[in-house]
Amino acid sequence: MIPAKFDYIKVSSINEAVDLVDKHGFDAKILAGGHSLIPAMKLRLNTPSILIDISGIEGMNEIKESGDEIIVGANCTHKQIMSSDLVKNQLNILAQTAATIGDVQVRNRGTIGGSLAHSDPSADYPATVLACDAKIEVTSKNGSRTIDAEDFFQGIFTTALEDDEIITAVRFPKVKDGNYQKFYQSASRFAVVGVAVVKDGNGVKVGITGVADTPYRAKAVEKAYDGSTDAATHAVDGVDVMSDHFADSEYRAHLAKVMVKKALA
Amino acid sequence: MGSYIGKSVKRREDARFLKGEGKYTDDIKLPNMTHMAFVRSPYASANVLSVDTSEAEKAEGVVAVFTAEDGCGQYGVPCGWQVNFKNGETMREPQHPLLAKDKIRHVGEPVAIVIAETQALARDAAELVAVEYEELPAVTNPKEAMKDGAPKVHDQFPDNMAFDWCIGNDRAEVEAALEKAHHVTELEFINQRLAPNAIEPRSYIADYDVNGDKWTLYTSTQNPHLIRLLMCAFVLGIPEHKVRVVSYDVGGGFGSKIYHYTEEALVTWVSREIARPVKWTADRSEAFLMDAHGRDHVVKSKMGFDKEGHIVAHLTDEYCSMGAYLSTFAPAIPTYLHGTLFQGLYKTPLIHLNVVAPFTHTVPVDAYRGAGRPEATYLIERLVSKGAKEMGMDPAEIRFKNFIEPFDGVNQPGYQTQVALQYDSGNYAPALEKALDAIGYKDFRKEQAEARKNGKLLGLGISTWIEGCGIAPSAVVGALGARAGLYEVGHVRVQPTGKVSVYTGTHSHGQGHETAFAQFVADRLGIPMDDVEIIHGDTEQVAFGMGTYGSRSLSVGGSAIVKSIEKVLEKGAKIAAHKLEASVEDLEYAGGKWTVKGTDKSISFGDVSLTAYVPHDYPQGLEPGLDFSSFYDPANFTFPFGAHLAIVEVDQDTGKVDLKRFVTCDDVGNIINPMIVDGQIHGGVVQGIGQALLEEVVFDESGQMITGSYMDYAMPRADDLPMIETHNTVTPCPHNPLGVKGAGEAGAIGSTPAVVNAVVDALWHLGVRDIQMPLTPQRVWKAMQQ
Ligand SMILES: Cc1cc2nc3c(=O)[nH]c(=O)nc-3n(C[C@H](O)[C@H](O)[C@H](O)COP(=O)(O)OP(=O)(O)OC[C@H]3O[C@@H](n4cnc5c(N)ncnc54)[C@H](O)[C@@H]3O)c2cc1C
Repeated sequence: MIPAKFDYIKVSSINEAVDLVDKHGFDAKILAGGHSLIPAMKLRLNTPSILIDISGIEGMNEIKESGDEIIVGANCTHKQIMSSDLVKNQLNILAQTAATIGDVQVRNRGTIGGSLAHSDPSADYPATVLACDAKIEVTSKNGSRTIDAEDFFQGIFTTALEDDEIITAVRFPKVKDGNYQKFYQSASRFAVVGVAVVKDGNGVKVGITGVADTPYRAKAVEKAYDGSTDAATHAVDGVDVMSDHFADSEYRAHLAKVMVKKALA
Repeated sequence: MGSYIGKSVKRREDARFLKGEGKYTDDIKLPNMTHMAFVRSPYASANVLSVDTSEAEKAEGVVAVFTAEDGCGQYGVPCGWQVNFKNGETMREPQHPLLAKDKIRHVGEPVAIVIAETQALARDAAELVAVEYEELPAVTNPKEAMKDGAPKVHDQFPDNMAFDWCIGNDRAEVEAALEKAHHVTELEFINQRLAPNAIEPRSYIADYDVNGDKWTLYTSTQNPHLIRLLMCAFVLGIPEHKVRVVSYDVGGGFGSKIYHYTEEALVTWVSREIARPVKWTADRSEAFLMDAHGRDHVVKSKMGFDKEGHIVAHLTDEYCSMGAYLSTFAPAIPTYLHGTLFQGLYKTPLIHLNVVAPFTHTVPVDAYRGAGRPEATYLIERLVSKGAKEMGMDPAEIRFKNFIEPFDGVNQPGYQTQVALQYDSGNYAPALEKALDAIGYKDFRKEQAEARKNGKLLGLGISTWIEGCGIAPSAVVGALGARAGLYEVGHVRVQPTGKVSVYTGTHSHGQGHETAFAQFVADRLGIPMDDVEIIHGDTEQVAFGMGTYGSRSLSVGGSAIVKSIEKVLEKGAKIAAHKLEASVEDLEYAGGKWTVKGTDKSISFGDVSLTAYVPHDYPQGLEPGLDFSSFYDPANFTFPFGAHLAIVEVDQDTGKVDLKRFVTCDDVGNIINPMIVDGQIHGGVVQGIGQALLEEVVFDESGQMITGSYMDYAMPRADDLPMIETHNTVTPCPHNPLGVKGAGEAGAIGSTPAVVNAVVDALWHLGVRDIQMPLTPQRVWKAMQQ
């Protein structure tokens, strides 16, 4: 469990980071909390020759209120998010989600930006990011842009991020009525199924992670929602459900319905 | 002073462990030390077409690269137990090479080793070794391995069979009894393969001393002397007196550190080749791939009952995997450590077990906590509970009905089983009664019915267990195929000042010997515990020993120490008599001094010790010194027993099992330190619960282990568990001086069937009769759907 040789640079500004990414291209990797990247490097599944540590960039680890939005810096740790009063009061579903991730060590190091960029199909945040219709702020040498949550997740470990783009923040609308429900995988404690439900006057938005190779908005559930939990039966409509030795597609589909029902209740 | 036995004295060793100051092998850094890294096969079954080491040899920091061509350990790693076919033929014993030459038989099998100045450089260079493989089909399931046309593991054994063995009564007789039985219950299941997961990965350092032509091997092993014997005599052909094996602190073993591994022999061999110290420490991935696994039985069982619920016959057929090679004790595990426990706690008159042991394309299988006995207990206890419920009987009642009557092994003889062994002493009903009382059995059934009405699925599972441990009378195990004796050595060195150094051939890797052994030594000598030091794990300090496994340390190792203490006291009495001008017969020894009976004339242990080493005024003809070593070969195995009860609640919607309570009542004979025994029970119970609910090594079609990390191999965690409620009864062992039976494996043996029985009980009314372990939410939910 010893990674291959690599260089390490800790940057203090986003400009410095995008310049280095531009300069080193494929040889470089952004390092945030390191809780997905370092394990992969130790197994030598990932062998970057240079790590650009962005954890010291000023302002990127702040949680701010801005009008109707809560802006979460990409470098905010899971621990920071679950303990922030602002998040707990205005965006409780995100605090709930963060609290289910890993263990204390993981939550103390891992970041929301790293989790979204890594895009593990069983990661927790994607469900909530989708259900909240959050917006992902990214920056590269060519400037900045905003990616809608629904466009962001594109497959297993695949996102709409360009190779040279860095996530700087995630913008969430304030959410009063949100609920995150997770069924834990017994070994990794990632989500076998994670369901985020956001309710507003008009209906529900449902984000589901762990079920398909890409986290998705359960539109069929949203459409069928009638105020009861009956719409949960539509949790996997039109979805190609994943299968592994903990949960084959039949059981996983069932679990998705159970967890959607819980989250709607 | 006073009595230490029976007190929960805090463990001496814990201060250093809790502070992170234990001395583990990987903590040792020798001057000029090199590091070894492996080139391991990514395939389970393959031909090795070529190995090109040229790039690696040129890499930074590389000292040497070796392959099978370099001739290390040409005899391979030996097996320590021979099991014969039922027709008398000897078992098939393939050579287990240190480095694979032209054939790969499991994922991770080493093809080359790279020695470099640092571990990182060794690993970098290992990636430069180019190996060309031709992948071949693999077989990982032991039953599949026995099918016609299954991929062959060893070409010379085309049927993949290591042996076909049986024990117990005549098969035809057992079958006939089953035919006639009032009710027959059946089970077919897999006792799944487990990875041992000691917290400290295996670690070895060999240090060759050119001038003395001598080696020191630092190794994380459970039995340093055995490793020295096997490695020197069988693998490397080097003289034993030239090798010192040191095993300081070891972070758990659970069996996996009993065996002599190829990596151990390789560091020793390389150290002489390069005349420098060599270190290798497994990483977690290597631990999953290379540490011998446990269990892996494919089982088919039948148990017959008469109208009243008496067991009339039991027949089991099993396929028990050996893995790719025969590990040190592998053949004994599903045979003599398994079949000999098929009597259980019951008067079953007819028993037959047949075991077919195939080779598979997997890492070898060997003893894992309980070793064969958990597998036996699991199938017996599942059958008894299932049979009872099918017959509409109470699973506790049926056990009371079938228990062997109490026998103390002194006034009543031991109990002769149908499966070779004779139980030492037993009194089974009180253990179950105590456990049932503790859990509130009578009220539970009402609670369960109530809960069901409210849609809650509650279940209670019972398991009563027995095991044979205190391994073992040498002549008996010799007759059963062991290639070693299983006695123990205990050496008591009284220092001139009356302080005592005790050397034991057993080995502590978490069990707390430094404390428990000091407790009984101090009591026997009537001196403070602080005056007693326990030393283990160094072949140069300890004369000999067989190590620690099979819950043997206190019953066998402790007894050897007691023998030496008796010799010390016998000689001490002669010195005391001389000093007190009395005869030995007139003396009594108590409270650390010899007193002339009926007088206040006495002499202390310390004064006698000093006299022994400064023998000025001394009995004529008596040797100076107070230093005795003894070998102790037990008269029989010991047979601890007990009852484990579990209460579970199953989630209707997801199938997730919530373990609500776990109650044990174990009888491990006399108890020296209740806290340590409780700790052993806790740990064992958790491992057993791990097997019941969480743990499983899974291979894919090609033989890849898909559970090779903690992302996919589920270990039990604190929040998976309730508080474990422990109780005891005490039935002393009649044949060892401390009256102890052994507690190391008990928890892992009794707990697994209790949990599974509880889940099946919770779902019985839905028609569920069995669920394959581990009882993952998916499996439980699917069982509920059928
Ligand atoms: C034991 C354990 C348990 C875990 N359990 C869970 C769990 O239950 N649920 C869950 O969701 N996750 C879990 N995780 C994953 C954890 O949440 C990670 O922290 C997270 O996935 C990655 O965040 P990081 O900050 O550590 O990123 P890093 O590991 O530093 O980086 C991950 C990837 O993202 C890239 N990256 C990082 N930051 C940015 C950025 N700002 N812009 C662009 N690219 C970036 C990196 O280059 C890398 O490719 C677990 C991890 C561990 C080790």
